[in-house]
Amino acid sequence: MADTVIEFKSVNKWFGKAHVLRDITLAVKAGEVVVVCGPSGSGKSTLIRCVNALEPIQGGELVVLGESLTRPGVNLSALRARVGMVFQSFNLFPHMTVLENIMLAPVRVRGLSEADASRVARALLERVRIPDKAENYPATLSGGQQQRVAIARALAMQPKIMLFDEPTSALDPEMINEVLDVMTDLARDGMTMMVVTHEMGFARRVAHRMVFVDGGRVVEEAPPEQFFAAAKSERAREFLSKILSH
Amino acid sequence: MRYAFHWEVLWSGQSGRWLLQGLATTVELSALGWVLAAALGIVSGAMRTVPWRPLRALATVYVEFFRNVPLLVWMFFWYFGVPPLLPEAIREWLFRHGAEFWAGTFALGVYHGARMSEVIRGGIQAIPRTQFEAAVAMGLTTFQAYRLVIVPIALRLSIPPATNESLNLLKNSSVALTISVAELTFQTRQIEAYTARALEALTAGTVIYLVLCVGIAAIMARVEHRFAIPGLIARGG
Repeated sequence: MADTVIEFKSVNKWFGKAHVLRDITLAVKAGEVVVVCGPSGSGKSTLIRCVNALEPIQGGELVVLGESLTRPGVNLSALRARVGMVFQSFNLFPHMTVLENIMLAPVRVRGLSEADASRVARALLERVRIPDKAENYPATLSGGQQQRVAIARALAMQPKIMLFDEPTSALDPEMINEVLDVMTDLARDGMTMMVVTHEMGFARRVAHRMVFVDGGRVVEEAPPEQFFAAAKSERAREFLSKILSH
Repeated sequence: MRYAFHWEVLWSGQSGRWLLQGLATTVELSALGWVLAAALGIVSGAMRTVPWRPLRALATVYVEFFRNVPLLVWMFFWYFGVPPLLPEAIREWLFRHGAEFWAGTFALGVYHGARMSEVIRGGIQAIPRTQFEAAVAMGLTTFQAYRLVIVPIALRLSIPPATNESLNLLKNSSVALTISVAELTFQTRQIEAYTARALEALTAGTVIYLVLCVGIAAIMARVEHRFAIPGLIARGG
C-alpha cells in the first residue's frame, strides 16, 4: 500500500465566526487523484488551500509529506516547495516572460543554475504543448495557455503533490480541454493530485476517489463510478442532479 | 514704467560661478535625498503590507511621524536638534564636513521617504493578493516574494506618482537654504543681494528648476515605457 502523503485529522477552520471546515478527516495516498467537489461556499477551495498552508487551520492536525503543519517552527516554504499549486486565476507574474515565470522558483528556491533551470523550463513547456511561447509575456497568451504555463511553473519544482483550485473555472469552454488534457497526462504519470473542479467528465475519467464537501464537512467519499451512479447522501445526489442535468 | 533687464549680472562677477555651484549642490542634495527617500519608501511601504503586525506598526509610526511635521521643522531638527546628541568626535567631524548639507539630505530623505512609502503601498495594494499567494506557494519566502515579485510589480505601477514625489523632493531641496545650504535658491538670493537684480536672479533660478524637473519627468517617462507591464493599460506621453 502506498504511503499517505496528505492526512487531515479532525481539521477545523474558522473565518472569524464562520466555521468553514468542520472536523475534516481525510487521507490521500501517493499517486492518488482525488477530486473535491461541492456547492459554492461549501469549503472545498479552503480545504485544498490548507494543504500548502495558504490557509492556517485552527483545530485538529494536518500532516503533509510527513510534516505536521501545526508544529511550531515548521518550515512552510520548504514544504510549499514540494507541493505545487495551480489557481483559478492563473497568477502568472505579469512582469516576467513565460520562461522567467517557470525559472524563478527553481533558481531561487532549489538553487538551480540559470542554464539548468532554462533547460527544465523549456522541457516543461514542451510537455504542456506550448514550446514556442517561452519568450512571451503572460498578457499575450490565451487563458488556456496561461494556465498550462502555470502548471509547468508548478511542475518545475518537481513537486510530490499537485493541488488544483478550480483550474478551468476562469476559462472559455474551448480552452478547458487543453488544460484538462495536460492534467490527465499528469495523473497518468502517477502524480498525486487534489483537484477542486466542476468538470465531472474529467473526474469520472481520471479520479481515483471523489470527495463531496458541503457545509464545511466531508459528506461523502467514494470511487467515481459509485459516486456518479449511486451517491449515498441525499445532498450529493441533489448536487449531481443540478450540475449533470444539462 | 519700464524695467531695464540686465541679464549680464548673471555671468559678470561671481554670479556665474555661484549659480553653477548652487545647481551642483541642489543636484547632489536632491540625488542623495532621493536615494534615501526611495530606500526608506520602498522598505516601509512594503512593510506596511506584510502579514506580520509588528513590522506594519513600525512602518506606520515612521510614515505618520515624518510626513505630518513640516519639512522646514525637520530641517531645523536635523541641523540644530540632532548634533548636540551626537558624540563629540562625530559632531566635530560633521561640522568640518558640511553638517548643514547632511542635515538637509537627511531631512529631505526621511520626510519624502515617508511620503514615498504611501506611493509604494498604493502600488502594492493594487496587486491582487493571489499574486503573493502564487509566489509563496512555489516555496519563496515572504521576503523573496516581496523582493522578486511584489515590489518589482509595485514599482512599475508606482512610477507616475513616484515621479511626482521626486519632483517635489527636488523643489523642496530649496528649503535647505534655511539651514544655510548653498543650494540654487540660496545662490540666487546671494546674487540678488550683491547685484540688487532680483528679477534676473530669480528668473535664472526658475529656469534652472524648470529644466531640471522637465528633464527628470522626461527620463521617468522613458523608464515607465521601458518597464511597462504588458497587458496593463499603458498609454502616456
